[in-house]
Amino acid sequence: MAGDALRIDGLWKSFGELDVLRGIDLAMAEHEIVCLIGASGSGKSTLLRCINLTDPIDSGRIVVEGREITAEGVNVDVVRRRIGLVFQSFNLFPHMSVLDNVTLGPRMALRRSRGEAEEQASALLERFGLADKRREFPDRLSGGQQQRVAIVRALAMDPQLLLLDEVTSALDPELVAEVLNVIRELAGQGMTMLIATHEMGFARDIAHRIAFVDEGRILEEGPPEDVFVAPVEARTRQFLQRIIEAGRLQV
Amino acid sequence: MSGPVPGATGSVRADPARPPPRRAARYDARSLAIAAASTAIVFAAIGLVVVNSPGWERVQRSFFDWENFFESAPDIVARFEVNVRLFLIAEVLILFLGLILAVLRSLPGPVLFPVRLLATMYVDLFRALPGVLVIYVLGFGIPGLRLPGVPNDPFFWGVVALTLLYSAYVSEVYRAGIDSIHPSQAAAARSLGLSQLQAMRHVVLPQAVRRVIPPLLNDFIGLQKDTVLVSFIGVVEVFRQSQIRQAATFNFTPYLATALVFLMLTIPLARLTDWLVSRERDRRYATSVRAAGQRARRGAGGVR
Repeated sequence: MAGDALRIDGLWKSFGELDVLRGIDLAMAEHEIVCLIGASGSGKSTLLRCINLTDPIDSGRIVVEGREITAEGVNVDVVRRRIGLVFQSFNLFPHMSVLDNVTLGPRMALRRSRGEAEEQASALLERFGLADKRREFPDRLSGGQQQRVAIVRALAMDPQLLLLDEVTSALDPELVAEVLNVIRELAGQGMTMLIATHEMGFARDIAHRIAFVDEGRILEEGPPEDVFVAPVEARTRQFLQRIIEAGRLQV
Repeated sequence: MSGPVPGATGSVRADPARPPPRRAARYDARSLAIAAASTAIVFAAIGLVVVNSPGWERVQRSFFDWENFFESAPDIVARFEVNVRLFLIAEVLILFLGLILAVLRSLPGPVLFPVRLLATMYVDLFRALPGVLVIYVLGFGIPGLRLPGVPNDPFFWGVVALTLLYSAYVSEVYRAGIDSIHPSQAAAARSLGLSQLQAMRHVVLPQAVRRVIPPLLNDFIGLQKDTVLVSFIGVVEVFRQSQIRQAATFNFTPYLATALVFLMLTIPLARLTDWLVSRERDRRYATSVRAAGQRARRGAGGVR
């Protein structure tokens, strides 16, 4: 049911004078995939950062699996353990091997033993075709490999919700597919995902629902076939028109 | 008329197997020989001028008395052990205390404001005070209080004073390192559920410390030299020892011996620092070149 996995009510967030999020309402069911689309600066990334409690919110509430995570006295570290966040710029730890990058969270935050964490990490790396990179350092990997490691690092925490923040925007064009394929595989396994993306074709394929974010609000949301094919709002039409003109979406 | 135009680029392309030009290597050898010759001439000229200047004999007697040198050298080298001990003990304490101060100053949040304030005051205070003053106040002042259980060993207070003074400098070096690590690193660690301190300990500090090793070594060259300040409160270390010898013989050569001992210790450390700096620069340069290459390829991909 919508709202089981994530429910956001009236979320406001401003940086000084600038209102970045102006009353976001969003509900997600278990195993649902929602793609956030919209221009740069519309608030997609900020929304994801708020859900991960990276940025404190000004008002509204965020409920994950029935528990309000924005309530007073909630341990943010405990919340973050169950909400994975993957960044546009990977943010791997450059002084650690791939294996250590993946095991750091489980060992520190979940207090798993090194052996247990490495066993689990190795299995995950194997699954995503990175087994031979276990001992490598991030700067020896391609951008696509780095981003796959970053996704594995988030998965190692067994998140109930995965937030993906424009994870292919910093990649060479020929490396985008390998990362999108990883996300497709996760979708196939029923991972609940909230994805901010500029890859419209991918969003149309994978999303159960599309939410168009404009000036800090969700202006329009619905199944991809509605939003992409017959958008109701003028601003959505305008945005999609520009995307189509840029050759980023075929209709 | 529209055939290929013969030219420099054309001929290079026509013969890809051509060996690279040897001109660079020959030029290197030639400039090395010129540098060696000109250096030898300049130094020989300086030496001749010095040795032939009026009063050189008196200078030589007072500063370069080889007999005196070999007599006092064993004493001085033996006493240098006190400086090395001071330096080593203080260095470990400084690395530790400086790091704690830097971390305390980097902790966010309004609750911790007094902690940040205290750490800031400490750094401001001990960076402002002249070293000799702190050494005097601690080394003479505190034993003078005759507090029960408080040591009055000048060596002890020398270590304390140097630690207080240098930890203030070193904490600023660490803090610059911590500030140089992009906040996205801490954000990534926190997004995995690591606490503030865990993110600092496992993600930020290891990268920050690696970056500041050269400036830290630089501060330690300063510390090595400042160990002689402890002689002011009655520790007989290398400088005090050379003073004693100088007073006994009215000859300054023992100071030359002391100077040589310090040179032998600090110059290798300075070269090590240089080497580390250039290695770090090369490493970063290589990284930025790789990044630029990737950007260029991305740009080309967009055009296609």
